[in-house]
Amino acid sequence: MNKIINDFSITVGTVNGSGSSTANNTILRAIFKMGVPVSGKNLFPSNIQGLPTWYTIRANKNGFIAHHEHRDIVIAMNPASFARDLESVIPGGAFYYADDIKLPITRTDIAIYPMPIKAIIRGDATIPANFRDLVSNMVYVGILAQMINLDMDKILAALTFHFKGKQKPIDMNFNALKAGAEWAKANLEKKDPFYIEPMNKTDGLIMADGNTAAALGSIFGGVQFLAWYPITPATSIAESLNEYLPQLRKREDGKQTYAVVQAEDELAALGMCIGAGWSGLRSMTNTSGPGLSLMTEFAGLAYYTEVPVVIWDVQRIGPSTGLPTRTSQGDLTFAYFIGHGDSQSVILLPGDVFECFEFGWRSFDVAEHMQTPVFVLIDLDMGTNQWISKPFEYPEEPMDRGKVLTEKDLEALAGNWGRYLDKDGDGIGYRTFPGNKHPSSSYFTRGTGHDEYAKYSEEADVYYRNMERLKRKQETAKQYVPAPVLHSMKGATVGIIAYGSTEAAVLEAQYQLDKEHGIKSDFMRIRALPFTREVDKFLAKYDQIFIVEMNRDGQMDQILKTEYAQFAPKFKSVAFGDGMPASAKWVREGILAKYENNIKKVSSNQKSMVSKKAAPAKKSVAKKAVAKKPSAKKTPTKAVTGSRSRTKRK
Amino acid sequence: MTETLPMAGAAANVNLAGLARNDYRGAPSTLCQGCGHNSISNQIVSALYEMNIVPEDVVKFSGIGCSSKSPTYFLNRSFGFNSLHGRMPSIATGALFGDQRLKGIGVSGDGDSASIGMGQFKHVMRRNVNMLYIIENNGVYGLTKGQFSATAEKGLQLKKQGKNLYQPVDICMEAFTSNATFIARSFAGNPKQVKELLKAALAHEGIAVLDIISPCVTFNNQDTAYHSYTWGKTHEEPLHEISYIAPRAEIMLEREMEEGETREVAMHDGSIIVLKNLEKGYDTTNRFEALRAMEEAQQNGWLLTGLLYLDTTKPTLTQMYDLVDTPLNRLTEAELRPERAMIDKVNALMF
Repeated sequence: MNKIINDFSITVGTVNGSGSSTANNTILRAIFKMGVPVSGKNLFPSNIQGLPTWYTIRANKNGFIAHHEHRDIVIAMNPASFARDLESVIPGGAFYYADDIKLPITRTDIAIYPMPIKAIIRGDATIPANFRDLVSNMVYVGILAQMINLDMDKILAALTFHFKGKQKPIDMNFNALKAGAEWAKANLEKKDPFYIEPMNKTDGLIMADGNTAAALGSIFGGVQFLAWYPITPATSIAESLNEYLPQLRKREDGKQTYAVVQAEDELAALGMCIGAGWSGLRSMTNTSGPGLSLMTEFAGLAYYTEVPVVIWDVQRIGPSTGLPTRTSQGDLTFAYFIGHGDSQSVILLPGDVFECFEFGWRSFDVAEHMQTPVFVLIDLDMGTNQWISKPFEYPEEPMDRGKVLTEKDLEALAGNWGRYLDKDGDGIGYRTFPGNKHPSSSYFTRGTGHDEYAKYSEEADVYYRNMERLKRKQETAKQYVPAPVLHSMKGATVGIIAYGSTEAAVLEAQYQLDKEHGIKSDFMRIRALPFTREVDKFLAKYDQIFIVEMNRDGQMDQILKTEYAQFAPKFKSVAFGDGMPASAKWVREGILAKYENNIKKVSSNQKSMVSKKAAPAKKSVAKKAVAKKPSAKKTPTKAVTGSRSRTKRK
Repeated sequence: MTETLPMAGAAANVNLAGLARNDYRGAPSTLCQGCGHNSISNQIVSALYEMNIVPEDVVKFSGIGCSSKSPTYFLNRSFGFNSLHGRMPSIATGALFGDQRLKGIGVSGDGDSASIGMGQFKHVMRRNVNMLYIIENNGVYGLTKGQFSATAEKGLQLKKQGKNLYQPVDICMEAFTSNATFIARSFAGNPKQVKELLKAALAHEGIAVLDIISPCVTFNNQDTAYHSYTWGKTHEEPLHEISYIAPRAEIMLEREMEEGETREVAMHDGSIIVLKNLEKGYDTTNRFEALRAMEEAQQNGWLLTGLLYLDTTKPTLTQMYDLVDTPLNRLTEAELRPERAMIDKVNALMF
């Protein structure tokens, strides 16, 4: 049998709440530390205990670690999903199962490994009886480690990290794991081709989830105020701030330069953030779709009163409560046009964990410079799963606090200023903060019609002027938001547009389209709205542009069609949303289904999304974190503009 | 005490802050003539002027409604935020973190606080945000022309609404059950009491709720209505006569209070409020008594006015957070962005 090395997926089916996440993270981290590109995705129910849950790991020597349909190795620990798990293994794959599950084995085309987990645990005298359940998941990690050649030192490193160096739990878990490995060594004969071998492709990289990265980036952005309300999957941003703020913003006098308030609901959360942003604090909230719905009213207020505030939306799939633990890019149009009346938002779209950190601090600069709410949209997959990443980088640009007048400035102006006067022609006025002691510092903020001096006004021309200025401001924003990232290919004939967490899947599909179908493409990953000039140019360049996204209606496609009506006939929406992360397969098939080749006339009847939908059980799950560009692929990658020079205020 | 105080009888153009009464005024009111709210605005101006509070040290907040318009009509020199219907408390909560030395003055109405904003109203109480929270309570929606509010009494008749079928919300009771630290009720037709309560509330650190029955002369001023001038005048049952005495004011203290009948309460800033009890011996710091008095008034149809409850022992919201002495909104980049070396520490914390 030919070995398959560093190119397969592992899926573990367990019961939610059984404590398998430590075990699964250990596998993921051990592979990562062995230098092999890897991703891990938790497919969990909205439930604390009892429902089936899966964790999928994909290791790939070429760096293709997006969600993957194949299930090469399956570990079945849950009787409730046993039949389904057994069915899902690809022919030639491997199936490990806890042997206390007495269900029929109906497959002969795969390697079958029963695991006497309970017997192994009971046989280990070092494990106290009341800890047996807790550590029993470690037995399958040990068995798997033995069978695919995981390095025990790397496993120990993973456990040491997980238990923060506490010897007792490390020992107990590692002993259970070793007991499993020893049992496998003595009793199992390898009948499948899958092995992990050390590489050096993760050297210098870190592993983190997007929510943690967002929180850390926000701290380096000087966050001063967070008000929030618990919601899956956004909660861990606030919890990470609670964890890291005291460490990273520690002062000798022990006093705080920030405040975190858990609000009574999302309305109050954003209300508090707007109050804080208005009074001059770097202020943020974190939420998900249902919370964003509640924040709509306040978002409109912030837009119209021009208060800087950062709103992280870790998207889950809607509408309504939807699937709270499944991923989506379904809030884009909602966030872009949020609020009644004419309004347009500034939206940042980080594409990976590294950018979650970067946009964590940059979002405050954009919000304060533009004096407007900034929505940062990520999704459950990016926010809560572990991704490989370049190490986070210290912000190289000084903070941009925007146009602010102090007592001294007001003295120089002899108190002659107007909050909404467009002195500089960029649509952005100057603001003052409460607590400013100059007698002419104050102004009265209102969500009602107001003139340049913030005075109440119902005059038609005053209203019109103000709204036109806000539009001008949105134009200005294009200079301050992150430019797209371009992955180009020599001889590209078509364009692909995507955003957010789909990058890994699109890169893999781009490679496959080239190698297997001869379609060369340039891929632009958009990182912000409003669209920058680079987008204008990209859209003008190709006859066919595929817009890839994880939602039903093609929301980015809708916005692009509205803003670039002249190019609309060239746009082909490749949109799909079922709560699962994007995979190369559906990106590729989605593009092929709509691809028009004038010479070859490729049938539009290629396999499309339909095939994906028809066989849900066959879908495997993997991860798409790409830290380094896959070396196998020759697609030069460059940020169109890494960091823009920022024009100075005043 | 070398400072010169304005001489009695002399033309006192400026107060101890060096400001004239005019420095406390706002834009001309656009509310109806005779509206109770205008009278309250005037008392706010008087109270702040007399307390020598600098307008820049105050931030005004409101929601939506007639009452919420009124912050435009006082304190032109103060920052203000006229926010959304029922959402004033959250805006104020966040804004007062900007500079913890500032005092908030919120003006809301019964629709704004007891209907659409009940949730935020109750939560701002339990957080003890450092602000005076005035509810100009008239039992009716004025800006939308005369619908029942949640404080309208059962059985009230309004022109286009018919009869109110539901029990009213008692704002002071709601504040009480949410652990507000200063709860008072007054009547716009009793401006002297309004002013003294405003002063006491401003001297309080923490949330100070002032429920002021403020009749709507246009939509709800029938003689038999609870929120009318006539009813208020005939049914008002003041708990005590209240006097506010500024921190340094031994010299102006008029010793006319009845011995044994008065109760003095020291406020955080060193000022004293003197409560001259009327018929009932009343302890403002006793929760059981406050509850009993409110319940009794409700059952007997009294408009019970005065300082119903006071607790000066609880920390304010910003005090709970142990913030740096410098106002947060004056901190610089050096104080907010962790130093460069920290990035390595952070990366080391990741796997």
